[in-house]
Amino acid sequence: MSSLAQKKGFGAVIWDYLTTVDHKKIAILYLISGGFFFLVGGLEAMMIRIQLMKAGNDFLSAGLYNEIITMHGTTMIFLAAMPLLLAFMNAVMPLQIGARDVAFPFLNSLGFWLFFFGGIFLNLSWFMGGAPDAGWTNYASLALASEGHGIDFYSLGLTISGFGTLIAGINFLVTIINMRAPGMTYMRMPLFTWTTFVASALILLAFPPLTIGLFFMVFDRLFGANFFAVNMGGNTIIWEHLFWIFGHPEVYILILPAFGIFSEIFAIFSRKRLFGYTALVFATILIGFYGFMVWAHHMFTVGLGPTANAVFALATMIIAVPTGIKIFNWLLTIWGGSISFTVPMVYAVAFIPSFVAGGVTGVMQAMAPLDYQLHDSYFIVAHFHYVIVGGVVLGILAGTHLYWPKMFGTMLSEKLGMITFWFFFIGFHLTFFIQHFLGLMGMPRRVYTFGADQGWDLFNMISSVGALFMAIGVLVLLVNVVLTTVKNVRVGNDPWGDGRTLEWAIPSPPPFYNFAQTPLVRGLDTYWIEKMEGNKEGMVYAEPLGDVHMPNGSIIPLIMSFGMFVAAFGALYFLDDTKPWALAVLIIGLGITFGSMLVRSLKDDLGFHITKEELIEDAKRGGNTDGLK
Amino acid sequence: MMKGLTNWRLFALMTALLVFLSGCGREEISTLIPAGKVAQDQFNLLILSTIVMTFIILVVSVIYVLAIVKFRRSKLGDDMIPEQVEGSAKLEFIWTAVPIVLLLILAVPTVYSTFDLADVTAMDIENEEGVKENLTVNVTAKLYWWEFEYPEQGVVTAQELVVPTDERVYFNLISADIKHSFWIPSVGGKLDVNPENVNKFYLEFDKESSELEDGVFYGKCAELCGPSHALMDFKVKSVDREEFDQWIAAMQEEPEPAAEAVAQEGEEIFANSCIGCHAVSGSGGAGMAGPNLATFGDRNRVAGFLEHNEENLKKWIQDPQEYKPGNLMPDGETNNGGEPFSEQQLDALAAYLMSLTVEE
Repeated sequence: MSSLAQKKGFGAVIWDYLTTVDHKKIAILYLISGGFFFLVGGLEAMMIRIQLMKAGNDFLSAGLYNEIITMHGTTMIFLAAMPLLLAFMNAVMPLQIGARDVAFPFLNSLGFWLFFFGGIFLNLSWFMGGAPDAGWTNYASLALASEGHGIDFYSLGLTISGFGTLIAGINFLVTIINMRAPGMTYMRMPLFTWTTFVASALILLAFPPLTIGLFFMVFDRLFGANFFAVNMGGNTIIWEHLFWIFGHPEVYILILPAFGIFSEIFAIFSRKRLFGYTALVFATILIGFYGFMVWAHHMFTVGLGPTANAVFALATMIIAVPTGIKIFNWLLTIWGGSISFTVPMVYAVAFIPSFVAGGVTGVMQAMAPLDYQLHDSYFIVAHFHYVIVGGVVLGILAGTHLYWPKMFGTMLSEKLGMITFWFFFIGFHLTFFIQHFLGLMGMPRRVYTFGADQGWDLFNMISSVGALFMAIGVLVLLVNVVLTTVKNVRVGNDPWGDGRTLEWAIPSPPPFYNFAQTPLVRGLDTYWIEKMEGNKEGMVYAEPLGDVHMPNGSIIPLIMSFGMFVAAFGALYFLDDTKPWALAVLIIGLGITFGSMLVRSLKDDLGFHITKEELIEDAKRGGNTDGLK
Repeated sequence: MMKGLTNWRLFALMTALLVFLSGCGREEISTLIPAGKVAQDQFNLLILSTIVMTFIILVVSVIYVLAIVKFRRSKLGDDMIPEQVEGSAKLEFIWTAVPIVLLLILAVPTVYSTFDLADVTAMDIENEEGVKENLTVNVTAKLYWWEFEYPEQGVVTAQELVVPTDERVYFNLISADIKHSFWIPSVGGKLDVNPENVNKFYLEFDKESSELEDGVFYGKCAELCGPSHALMDFKVKSVDREEFDQWIAAMQEEPEPAAEAVAQEGEEIFANSCIGCHAVSGSGGAGMAGPNLATFGDRNRVAGFLEHNEENLKKWIQDPQEYKPGNLMPDGETNNGGEPFSEQQLDALAAYLMSLTVEE
């Protein structure tokens, strides 16, 4: 198999990515599509801020504005933040535990393509009669009253991409449980792996309620069921419960991996072991656990009664404790360390005050009676942007800079990175800090316009200017990516110089088989231990060099997901009298999906082996073969 | 004891903060200038939590700033390898226990207030004659407007809630279509208006709205309810009990026919084109398709948000979709049987509607 080193043509590269089951390439696919949707969501955010720049603005019409806020929220949560985090989980987690791939490489690919087609389907609504317009929370009474097919795009698109996410979550759980290298006990796992683990467990438990809710919605709207139809004895509050039983853990699905990235960064760039590693792990687990106990704090004003409100208020306050534990442990990690202010570290350092601000307003909203004022006002808009942008997005940006060399073998420019950081960070606080006060001054959220006589003009203007700063920051990041890719200065195993975990012990990017020999893990921060003991190779091995078994690539995941995509159009137009072909499309789509499942089940695919000789050969060339078979 | 302590701290800081915050927002709508018991309680919780949270932020900031100033690599030199500390059980205990104590400080008033603000048991108390002792208002939210019914008094109005000051007013909230949320920011927090169940709560109005610059408190719909969610405003007039009783009495009377000639002409057009959806008598039943117009001449806004003048009223009647997209009022052409209202007809209608008043 001398073809290992072949130079590939453009078409071959595309085909390689369409069929890949390699976790590192799937990570790149997640990064590109998540990045694309992040830009789309960002564009929508800019339009929102232009509309609200001044009182009575007519840049957007009322209906279009509702479509844009709905798609902004939905896109950012489901199609940008989640896949971007899944990109890092895919790229890094298997390396951190010393595995050659995830447990189910085929499913990994299927998960990506389901997410991708779900996202495309949802966004096609813009060109096919209008986007969903009932808010990203899609509350049932409004959703059922919504005309056109927007809401159907929402429920079908999220169902499909939700399957993808669920598959990814299960895959990571099995991977972490089964595929850790010898010596990698649970309490030696890097914190990013831990947070991936807990977030995956949350995905496993939180997505089914959403899927059920979406199914109810699909059946109500497309097949005439009456789960939420009040005049037929249905109940819309059920949707709110189902949505938030998913929706609150979803917040932790997003923030925990970001916590993981920051934990890695604090340790690396302070050259110091994580302070209170055990406490950080248990805090992570506790946050994940409590995450399921608090959903009704999104519903304090629904009228659930004082007992429910009081119980959920107290439960919500408790979450502040493990979160506080994390903050203090991070502070003590950098305390006494040797802090190097690289771009990832600057993001991590900026994250602490931003997230603390988002956290304290969270506690304020946990106080149910106070929340009666804050709920659905701009205060809550400010709060969740402090948590999601100040926590998750800063984490994603930090992770992008931190792991770029590991994923692509070249470093993003630190100089441009700093410019992005300052624009984004200042813009972020400018945009959202002032919104707390807009909320307290009585401005409700999701309003497409506001009257000039209510005292909100100046603060809205400031907020819009801040958004412009953030946009400039993102544009500079794009320039940075392009320049870096063009220059393509290659880097070694440990480009930051202070890597502590296994991923920094292997080439950047790693060879497609990751580890020629499975490493033996001798403690927490295993690469750091080897470095400190003077081990030039950075690893000790658990096995002699031998043949490596690898999975074959496959186009089937893409076809399977495409079938769902086609079927979704059939379901969408099922009730339309003018489209009698809808049923046929539904059947054809499902046929494609089930047919490819059948092929997959009947056809033996045993993978292939890389021989010992090839591994030795590859190691001589630098050991980072991309691996086209 | 804890409560006494927090109350004391509250008082001192509230005075200071009030001065600072009074610049924040307009008193018609700002939660920072509470004009009733409920808003005041909520404001107190805001201040209490802000104090506790400021303390936490201060502690974090001090450690944070010291850490990033003291331990910079540029200061320590490139070769320095820090000691690899594992952690400290003592510290972990401290930063677990202290926040729990702080949260307890917040938890006690939270639970108390949650039950206090939900206490509507007094709603049904009747005096010896079988008349309810407390005022109850039934609020029905409809696509982009609000109906207020005073069931004991047999009075219905819309878009402008009139309430007596210095007593508890109880509310029954229900939606006629989709979910809305009832919010008068400066008087108290919101409560959702669901289509499937009646939500109950109370508010107190301590300040007469005539003291406000605009003469009314602003009410909002706080739950996304479609294109014109942003325009689903209502206004609140709080008056003293005596004036309120007069208002109720005036509402209970049948309206007098229009006096002026123009208005009489308008009344005729109204009877042909509008009466199917709009009542002009405050004592009519609730549940009409359109807002009750008995108090139209007294109102502060047209359609809840446009400046209250004949010009806006005429524009609104001719083309309601232009101003409140998605609302259910047919346009002038439909109401006038196929052709738009003429300028003369509009003038007449406007004159008539502006003449509908119950205030002196």
